[in-house]
Amino acid sequence: MNPSAALASILGPRRTLSRLLHDSRTRIALVVLLIVALSAVFAPLLAPYDPTVQLDIVRLPSQPPSFAHPLGTDPYSRDVLSRLLYGGRISLAVGLGAVLLAMSFGIAIGAVAGFIGGAVDAVLMRFVDAALSIPRLLVLILVASLWGSLGLVPLTLLMAGTGWFAVSRLVRAETLALREREFIVAARALGASPMRILVRHVLPNVAAPALVAAALGIANVILLEAGLSYLGIGVRPPTASWGAIIQDGAERVSDLWWLTLFPGLAILVTVFACNALGDALRDAFDPRQLPRGNDPTFAAEA
Amino acid sequence: MTAPARADAAPLLSVRDLTKHFPIKRGVFGRVDGAVRAVDGVTFDVAPGETLALVGESGCGKSTTGRAILRLIEPTSGSVRFDGQDVLALDASDLRKLRRRMQIVFQDPFSSLNPRMSIGAIVREGLTIHHLAEGSAADNRVRQLLEEVGLRPEYASRYPHEFSGGQRQRVGIARALSVEPTFIVCDEPVSALDVSVQAQVVNLLQDLQRDRGLAYLFIAHDLSVVEHIADRVAVMYLGHVVELAPVEKLYGEPIMPYTQALLSAVPAPEPGVKRERILLTGDVPSPANPPSGCVFHPRCQHPARDSACAKIVPPLEEKTPGHWAACIKQPPTSVSWDDQRAAGATNQPEFFLPRAALHRSA
Amino acid sequence: MTTPLLELENLHTYFYTDTGVARAVDGVSFAVGVGETVGVVGESGCGKSVTALSILRLVRPPGRIEAGSVMRFEGKDLMALDEEAMQHIRGNRIAMVFQEPMTALNPVFTIGDQIGEVARVHAGMNKRQALAKAVEMLKLVGIPAPEQRAGEYPHQLSGGMRQRVVIAMALVMNPALVIADEPTTALDVTIQAQILELLADLTRRLGTSVLLITHDLGVVAENCTRVIVMYAGEVVEEAATSDLFARAHHPYTEGLLGAMPRVGGEKDRLATIPGTVPPPTNWPKGCRFRDRCPYSWERCESEHPPLYQIGGGHTSRCHLAEEPERRQHPHPPLAAQRGATAA
Repeated sequence: MNPSAALASILGPRRTLSRLLHDSRTRIALVVLLIVALSAVFAPLLAPYDPTVQLDIVRLPSQPPSFAHPLGTDPYSRDVLSRLLYGGRISLAVGLGAVLLAMSFGIAIGAVAGFIGGAVDAVLMRFVDAALSIPRLLVLILVASLWGSLGLVPLTLLMAGTGWFAVSRLVRAETLALREREFIVAARALGASPMRILVRHVLPNVAAPALVAAALGIANVILLEAGLSYLGIGVRPPTASWGAIIQDGAERVSDLWWLTLFPGLAILVTVFACNALGDALRDAFDPRQLPRGNDPTFAAEA
Repeated sequence: MTAPARADAAPLLSVRDLTKHFPIKRGVFGRVDGAVRAVDGVTFDVAPGETLALVGESGCGKSTTGRAILRLIEPTSGSVRFDGQDVLALDASDLRKLRRRMQIVFQDPFSSLNPRMSIGAIVREGLTIHHLAEGSAADNRVRQLLEEVGLRPEYASRYPHEFSGGQRQRVGIARALSVEPTFIVCDEPVSALDVSVQAQVVNLLQDLQRDRGLAYLFIAHDLSVVEHIADRVAVMYLGHVVELAPVEKLYGEPIMPYTQALLSAVPAPEPGVKRERILLTGDVPSPANPPSGCVFHPRCQHPARDSACAKIVPPLEEKTPGHWAACIKQPPTSVSWDDQRAAGATNQPEFFLPRAALHRSA
Repeated sequence: MTTPLLELENLHTYFYTDTGVARAVDGVSFAVGVGETVGVVGESGCGKSVTALSILRLVRPPGRIEAGSVMRFEGKDLMALDEEAMQHIRGNRIAMVFQEPMTALNPVFTIGDQIGEVARVHAGMNKRQALAKAVEMLKLVGIPAPEQRAGEYPHQLSGGMRQRVVIAMALVMNPALVIADEPTTALDVTIQAQILELLADLTRRLGTSVLLITHDLGVVAENCTRVIVMYAGEVVEEAATSDLFARAHHPYTEGLLGAMPRVGGEKDRLATIPGTVPPPTNWPKGCRFRDRCPYSWERCESEHPPLYQIGGGHTSRCHLAEEPERRQHPHPPLAAQRGATAA
C-alpha cells in the first residue's frame, strides 16, 4: 500500500477528515501545536541567546522580564526565552519519539495478541497486566535515578518502553471485537491470507483508536518529562527543557515567578492542545456520528 | 444412509453427518464442561444451479452449518465434498484456492463491509487475492460487477456508510461474485431489509442464479421468502435436519410436526381469515442439553406421540420420493413397531396433517 | 366512531442535524378509538417510530415536536402538559412495548422488581403489594412458575419470555392505550405467533386500545381493524384493514403488497419499488413518492397531494383519487428510468 492509500484507509470516509477539520477544537489545537513545533524547529533562528551560556553570572542572574530578556533570566544568568524555545525541542522530540515508538510496539503486540489469540495472547496480556500494575512514574524515577541524568535518546526509549502497555491492551480489545465482525469473516471467505487480513482489515480499523491514544499519549509524555526534569532526574543539565527551567526557579517560586509561569504556560498550552486534538479525533472517528442508511432519521442518503 | 439429494443431478456439494460442538469452558483454567451441540449430524446435497433453503428458528444451527461448510468455523466431524474435493482435508493454501468457488453473503449489511474501505476496494479485493485482474482491467471488472448488482459504477469511490441497507447488501453480493463462484451460502441475506428492498434483492439473487448457473444454500427464517426462492427446503431444529423436501411438497404436505407448527405460525396477509395456529408450548430447549430421542418431542403436537419418542432418535428417512423427514410416528417408518414397543410405545404411527399447517388450500 | 381516545393533528417532529433539518414526521394526523387496534405500517425511515415517541413526548434533542402539533388523549392536550403530568401518563395511561425486550429491561434488577416498580410509582403500592402485583401480571401473561420467575433477572429468560415480561410491565396499570413498536420483529415466527395472540387476547379482555407499529403486513392483516400506511414522514393511506388489502389505492401501498412474498402465493417474480426513500432533510416538493411511482404525471411534481377521501373512511394521498383513469397507463417509474436500481 502506498502512503496516501494507507492514510486513506485509516481515515476511511472522507467525511471523517472533513468533520475533523471542521471541529473548532482541531483547528485551535493544530494552530497551537504548529506554533510550538515551528518555534522548536526554528529555535536556533528565533532564540536571542545561546540557551546554555551563562551570560553574566555577576550582573544578570535572576533578572525579571525586560526588553533585553523578554522572559527574564534564571539564577545562572541564562536567557529564559532562549531556554524555553530550545526546551520545546526536547519536550516535543521526547513526546513524539516516545509515542511513535510506543504506538508501533503497542499496536504490533496488541494486534498480534488479539488476532492470534490462544496461548500467545494469554502470555502477552499477562505480561502487560503485570507491567501495568507498576506505576509508570515509579519505574521512570527508579531507572532515571540509577542512571543519574539521562540523554535525549535514553530518555525517549525509557518513555516508550514504559508507554506501550496500555496501547497494546486497547488495540488487543479492538482486534478481538473486529475478529468477530462479518467483514473479517468475508475476507477469510474470499481467501485472504491472515497477513492480508491483519494489514488491510484489522490495522486500519484499530489505527483510529490508537491515533486518539497517541494524541493523549504525547501530552502524558510531555508532562512526565517535565516532572522528571523538575525532580532533577530528567535530561542532563545544562540542556534546557521546560521542566528543567521550572526546577531552576523551584526554590524561589514567589520572587522568581517568571521561571515557573512561562514554561508552565508552555506545558499547559501544549498538553491542552494535544488533549483537544485527541478528543476531536475520537469524535471524528466515532462511526455513530456517520449518518447511516437505515437510521430512521437519516433514511437513504445515497 | 442414502443422501437426501435430488435424483436427477450429481451433487455439487455433499454434506454428510456434519457436526459442530462448541465446548463450554468454565473457570479460570477453561475446563471443558459439556458442549453446545450447535450442529448435530447434518446431511444433505446441493445440486449445481439449485437453491437449497435451510430454515429454522434462531439457535437451530443453520448459520453454523453454512459457515462450517465453508470452514469459516472448523467442523467437529463429518464430511463436506465440493465438486469431488474433500473440503475438510484441504490445507490452508488449497482452502484459499477453493474459496474462489464457494462464497458467502451475510445478513447484516452494516457489519459485513469494512467501514474504512471504499466499495470499489471491497469488490476489488477478491480480484487481487486470486490474481484475477490488475490495474485498469480490475477497475473495469469492478465497474461491471457493480452494474451487474444494480449499482452505479460511479459509486466505486464511495464508502459503505453512504449507502442504505439494500445497497450495501448489493455490494456484499458483488464482492461474492467477484471471484466467480459456483456456490454461494446466503446467510439470511434479506432478513435485515425492508419489504420492498427485500424483493429487489431476492429478484437480483434469482437473476444472478439464472445468468451464472449459481447454486445457493439459502439460510433464512422467513418461510414466505424461502417458498419463493427455493427449489428444496431443509428444516432444522436444535442442530438436526428434521425435514427435507422439494418446496411444493414441504409447503403442500409438511410431515414433521415441527414444520407444521412453523408453517402455521406464518401470518397470512389476508384480513378476515383468522388462521388456525399450532401454538407450541414452551421454549426451544438449550442445545447444550438437548432432549433425548427426538429433539422435538417435548413440544410435539402429534397425536401419536408417546414415550418411545423420548427414547428413539428418529432417522431422517424418505417418506415419499424426495421427501425426507425424521419422525417415527409418521408412516412409513423404518423403525419397526416392535422396536417402538420395546421403547415403550403405546400409539401406532398414523399420518397426521393438521389443517393449520396448510396455506394453499385456504 | 365516538370520541376517539387518541387524536393526532398535524404532528410535526423535526430533527435538527448538521446535515440539515430532518422532517421525520411531517404533518401526521390520525385517531385511535377506544378498544381499537390500529396498525401503522411503513418501511425504515417513514417516521412511524418517531410518531410513537412523539405521542409519549419522548423525542430527544436534536429532535423536537414543532409548535402547532396537536395531540389529544382522553380529552387532554398532551402538548400543554408539563413534564410531571406527562410522567403520570407514561406507563399509567399510555404504555409502550418495544422491539428489543432485552434493552427495554434493566439487567441489574429482577423482573419482579421491574414490574412492581410501575405499580409503586403509579399506584403508590408498597414493596410487598408491588411484588404480589408483579406475580399476578406474570401469571396473566402466561409465564409458568411466576413466583419463582419474579426473582429472576432478564438474562435468565428467553427472548419470548422477556417480551412477555415487557407486556406484563405495560399492562400493570391497565392503560387505555398500548403502543407496540415492532413488538415481535426480534422474535422467531412461532414465538411471534404466541406473543401476538397474547397481546390480542389481553387487550380484548381489558378493553385496551393498541397502536401496533410494524413493517409486516401479515401481522397487520391478522391483528388490526384499521391500518395507517406511512411514507416519507406522512400518512399516505388509511383504511379498514380488509378494505386496504382488497382495494389499496396509493401506489406505495400497492407496491408494498406486491413486494411481499406470501406462503401459498404465486411464484412469480416479486414486484419491487425501484429507487429509494428520499432523504428526510430534503423531501421533494409535490408528491414524495413521485420518482418511484408507475403512474406519476406533471401534477405530481407541482402539487403536493392532500389526503383525499375516497369513501367509507378510506383516505389516500394520491392525485389518482381525482384522475382515476391514469391508473390504466402505468409507465416505468422515473427512478427506474434513471437506471439507478439500488435500494
